[in-house]
Amino acid sequence: MSDKKIATRDSYGAALVELAQEDENIVVLDADLAAATKTGMFKKAFPERFIDCGIAEANMLGVAAGLATTGKKVFASSFAMFAAGRAFEIIRNSIGYPHLKVNICATHAGISVGEDGATHQCNEDIALMRTIPGMTIINPSDDVETKACMKALLSYDGPAYVRLGRLAVPVINDHEDYNFEIGKGIELVSGNDITIVATGLMVAEALKAAETLKQDGINARVINIHTIKPLDKEIILKAAKETGVIVTAEEHNIIGGLGSAVSEVVCENSPIPVLKVGVNDVFGMSGPAVELLVKYGLTADNIVATCKKALTMK
Amino acid sequence: MDKTRKKELEILALKARMGIIEGVYNAKSGHPGGSLSCVDTLTYIYFNEINVDTKNPKWEGRDRFVLSKGHCAPALYSVLALKGFFPIEELKSLRKVGAMLQGHPDMKGTPGVDMSTGSLGQGISAACGMALSAKLSNKDYKVFAMLGDGEIQEGQVWEATMMAAHYKLDNLVAVVDNNGLQIDGRIDEVMSPNPITDKFAAFGWHVISIDAHNFDEIEAAFNEAKTVTGKPTVIVQKSFKGKGVSYMHDNVAWHGNAPSEEQYHIAMAELNEALEKVQAE
Repeated sequence: MSDKKIATRDSYGAALVELAQEDENIVVLDADLAAATKTGMFKKAFPERFIDCGIAEANMLGVAAGLATTGKKVFASSFAMFAAGRAFEIIRNSIGYPHLKVNICATHAGISVGEDGATHQCNEDIALMRTIPGMTIINPSDDVETKACMKALLSYDGPAYVRLGRLAVPVINDHEDYNFEIGKGIELVSGNDITIVATGLMVAEALKAAETLKQDGINARVINIHTIKPLDKEIILKAAKETGVIVTAEEHNIIGGLGSAVSEVVCENSPIPVLKVGVNDVFGMSGPAVELLVKYGLTADNIVATCKKALTMK
Repeated sequence: MDKTRKKELEILALKARMGIIEGVYNAKSGHPGGSLSCVDTLTYIYFNEINVDTKNPKWEGRDRFVLSKGHCAPALYSVLALKGFFPIEELKSLRKVGAMLQGHPDMKGTPGVDMSTGSLGQGISAACGMALSAKLSNKDYKVFAMLGDGEIQEGQVWEATMMAAHYKLDNLVAVVDNNGLQIDGRIDEVMSPNPITDKFAAFGWHVISIDAHNFDEIEAAFNEAKTVTGKPTVIVQKSFKGKGVSYMHDNVAWHGNAPSEEQYHIAMAELNEALEKVQAE
């Protein structure tokens, strides 16, 4: 893990500019948040392919669907709350049902939005998007993963929801053997005592937690799940069999997100205890992002504590 | 309009009406009222206006049509079948398990359907996206969309309307089927969208008002739309729900009901009689 910290929304903006140089079919939509979602970088570089839809997210996602029917590679952005939340039904009916190639790249997901408070902290988007048949959900953990997923999506056929963050997060995948494949989890640390399955900014916390556990003689396996749907069942079930207990970690409500997805797979195939670290079914509040992560238990320390509890259930 | 052409269109529209009744009767559910109110214009669009290839429904250069009032799928299916996208026999399988013709348009399953619609207010946004795509790529295809007058109560319609004017989508022609009825009653009693023409004009659209059941006026409207540059056009058409079937005429009870066997025979007899009359002229 390097000391460098980059918000995945910044990686998204940079990737758009880079990819659009090669692919003139790329069209970017935003709903008056270009400066915050970082699509403004694309707007500056390719103004003729940037469509501001104004403060009208429902229409934006319908327009994205129409553009996709004509073969455009569409990236539509807003805050997670207003894309997945406000425009859920448009995503379901106009994009999901006809299985159109629209990339919904939602920034400001999770509690780490910070000071804007509960109305803007979307901890429900993964749950909402998971229930749409055929929807792919990617929650990148850092700069490298965000850029890799954007590239992969260019040749991917079907709707995708990419979850991006506002807060600068550590770069953890900047090594040569990093390989991104939609739907494939990545084992970052090997270990057979317990498995920590993490996604998004919680992957870095999981890595820290594994180091702490190691000092106590516990060898934790760490798996990065960047694609929540389709979920890599193989890597999860292998971990369930080999380590006997799983702790999930996500910056999302513990209901309906990664923890639920992992539990569903494990329960049906290889029942073992699965404990969840996440926002514990409450609304957030205003405050600096890092302080909020601590308040809601989205930390390496809480992962460690949850792992120790989980080990007693093994 | 040329007399022969007008007669041809009237015959096609009557056959399309019979297809609507056939489909809804066999399905034992569906929306005959609004299908019958918009079917003349759909017939005109598909037989006089739209540039499509029935042998290659996904041809990239085609004009697009979006039925934003997706519940009137029986009208669209009937016209698409008459046009030759699929056999007319398919109409009888409407809404049946495994059938090609879903209760609301499904672009993945039905040849000739350009957009999946049904949840009101969404089709017009997709139509904007299609029109915008043509502008971005310097292509000259056109996009047509059919909306219900009740449907325009959805806020998303006005988001799309604002956008179409902002981006000067003069390759987009929307039709508002103003039959004045929605499920709960008269539109001006449920939630008045009136005055419809003024609202579209205020949003920056070119507005044309016509009688929905008069092919001369329909033709004049679509011809006028072709001359408009720099803004989208809306044709607000005064129509009658259930038009062509006596007991359904302007009757809200027929928004989403299927006719009984007896009612089916009455409707088909009336439409047959009208057809024979036009053919004899």
